Formats: sequence, structure tokens, C-alpha cells
Amino acid sequence: MFNYTFHWNQALRALPQMLDGAVVTLQVAVLSMVIGVACAIALTVFRLSGSRILGGIATTWVEVARNTPALFQIYMAHFGLGNFGIHLSPYTALLVGIAFNNAGYLAENFRGALKAIPDTQARAGRSLGMTSLQAFRLIVLPQMLRVAFLPATNQMVWAILMTSLGVTVGMNTDLAGITQELNARSFRTFEFFALAAVIYYLIAKAVTLAARAFAWRMFRY
Amino acid sequence: MFNTALTWNDLAFLAQGAGMTLAVTAVAVTAGTLLGILFGVIRFQLGPYWAAPLTLLLDVFRSVPLLIQLVLGSAFQSIVKLGWGAFTTSGVVLSLYTAAFCAEIVRGGISSVPVTTRRAARSLGMTWWQDMRYIVAPLATRVSLPSWIGLTLGVMKDSALVLWLGLVELLRASQILVTRLQEPLFILLICGAIYFLLSFPVARFGGYLEKRWSPND
Repeated sequence: MFNYTFHWNQALRALPQMLDGAVVTLQVAVLSMVIGVACAIALTVFRLSGSRILGGIATTWVEVARNTPALFQIYMAHFGLGNFGIHLSPYTALLVGIAFNNAGYLAENFRGALKAIPDTQARAGRSLGMTSLQAFRLIVLPQMLRVAFLPATNQMVWAILMTSLGVTVGMNTDLAGITQELNARSFRTFEFFALAAVIYYLIAKAVTLAARAFAWRMFRY
Repeated sequence: MFNTALTWNDLAFLAQGAGMTLAVTAVAVTAGTLLGILFGVIRFQLGPYWAAPLTLLLDVFRSVPLLIQLVLGSAFQSIVKLGWGAFTTSGVVLSLYTAAFCAEIVRGGISSVPVTTRRAARSLGMTWWQDMRYIVAPLATRVSLPSWIGLTLGVMKDSALVLWLGLVELLRASQILVTRLQEPLFILLICGAIYFLLSFPVARFGGYLEKRWSPND
């Protein structure tokens, strides 16, 4: 039917190299999630602050992050910021782009989670003499993060998948980048990318399962 | 930034790119939705155990980066010598990608229809098909439409990745202009504004529907 010989050996021999790339992929994803969660909490506070300007910033951020492609956001970080004389390395640009995207989606998750927490919780905190920031930090935030945990793990999986976009801005140390380099050297496109797909799949599954186990352990009561 | 070298021709070029984005999206969403409905119904009918292979297969499309899928699809079609162009390849890959997500939405929609309602329909002498057509379809659509709109917008944004196969869609078109005119920020802002204008109103409409059609209205 087709005269193409698969050379899986060649791909398997590159496996250690690709696993190194997978570590970088995970690293970028985790960092982008940490930054994303921090920014999303800030955006949530902005929205709750009642200030027009802060609320406007938060809404703009969320809507732009949710209504433009992630690839566009990474391009913006990589090429767009060049106009201001800021030249980010592919790694930083990728990280900034994904973190921006994560923050937008997470802020929206947090907003949904906030609705699940009764107003009375914050009010009870205030009645105990907490300042409004204390009530938010000690009463509302922990409950909000708990409700938002599962959607956030979905976002984590998205972040892992999004790291593959780094290759379009010249990232060559993550899984997609290394695969692309190996491919450029050997033209065994199908074998290398199939192996990369398997690794991505396993990472995504492992993260989902780990998150589920963690949630089961932590939020059982 | 305000004395730009951008001409009307360049804007037309961007518009052409946007047209390509919309074309790819339209193909992917149409084919993907049809396939997704098929897979969703099959998954629901077979139940969790018998549908496990299908579930696993569809899960692969959702857990592997789209970029990798596109490269694999393109490599596969050249190995099997199908002779597909970039547009066909990206259309097929994006359709399968869409179908994987759509199947999940459809399955969720069908399972949101109360069993008692369906039993009542069958008790009235409706066939399975009539039950599906007149009872399940309207009720499930109500539940699924907002997420389907979200999926459509997601596919439109993800369709930017087909630039890797050499298709000149909106983002690639603006990249070409950036290379030529050396005004990255300005051109990328226009590109982002086009994406935003395409996506935002529809997203708002989806949000409105979700509120308007929430189960206890």
C-alpha cells in the first residue's frame, strides 16, 4: 500500500533527549500556572475592589485572554514587545504568553467559584473583627481555591498542551522544540512526533490523575 | 506608530487571512459537529464499558497538543500518499479535534435529559428514533448549545495553529506583514483586534444563552 519504512529505533534512541524536553515542558507549565494563579487572584481582588479602573483592567485582561488565540498572545510577547525595546527569549515569551492566558481563564473560574461561597462567610469574618482583606485572604480565598481546584487542573493540562506552541517562536529546549530539531535533522517526522504525542498524552494523564488523588486526599470532608 | 507603512492592500491581505481562518473553522466545526454528534450518541448508547475504546481514542485527541496532531496528520497523509493539500489536512485534523470535544458535549447533553422523560416518550409508543428526534434533541440542545458555542470559538482560536502547515490564515498573514513592514506591535494589534471582534460578540451571545436557558429559569 505504501512504501515507507518506519524507523522507530531512531526515535527510541532519542527518547532520553525528549524526556529532558518533557521536563522543560512541565517546568514551563508549572511556572505559568503559578504565575497565572497569582495574577488571577490579583484580578479577582481587582474585580471585587469596586474600583472602576482596577475592574476595567481585570475585565480587559480576562476578555483579551479569552477571545484571542494563545499563539497570538505568545507572538505578542515575543514580537510585539520588541516595539518597546523589550526582547524576550523564546522561553520567557512562551512563559509570559501562557501565564497571561492562564490568568484570564483562571480569573473567570475564580469568579464562578466565588458565587458558590455565601456572602455570609465574608460577613461573619468581618463581624469577628477582621479587616476586609483579612476576611478575603483567610475566609473566602481558601474556599474559592477549593471550589476552583478541578477547573484549575483542566487549565494545567491546557498549559501543558500550550507549551508546544513555543516551537513557533524558536523555543528549542521543550518537548515540541526538541522533537522539531530532531525532525529537522533526520526527517523522520512521523516517528518523532508520534513519540512526542505519546509523551504529551502520558504527562497530561499523569497530571490529571495526580490532581484527582490530591483533591481526594485534601477535600474529602 | 501612527505614521505607518500599512496600506489598504495590506489590510485586504489581512482580511483574506481572516477569511482563511473562518473557512478552516467552518469546515472543522461542521464536520466535527456531525462526527461529534455521532460519537456522542454512540458513547451514550453503548454505556461506559463498551464505549471505552472510543472514549480512549477521543481522549487522545484532547490530550495531545493540536500542533503535534497537525504535524502527525500531515506526515501521515504523505506517508500514505493521499496527496492532500495543507487545507484538507488541517481541515481533517481540526475536524477530528473538534469531534472529540463535541462528543463530550453531546454525551453530556443527552445524559442531562431525565430518564423518566425518555421512558414516558417510549411508553407513548415512540420509537427510539422518534424519542431521540422529538424529545432528546430539543432538550439536549438547550443544555449543550452554550458549550458548543464555546467550542466553536475555541476551534477558531486554535485554527491559528494551521500556520505551521503553511496555510496563510490571519495570524500567518500578519506575521508576513510584520516581516515586511517591521512594525510588529501595530500589525499584531490589528490582528488581535480582528480575532477579538470575531470572538467577543459570539462569546457574549453564548453567555447570554447560558443565563437565559439555565435549567431553572
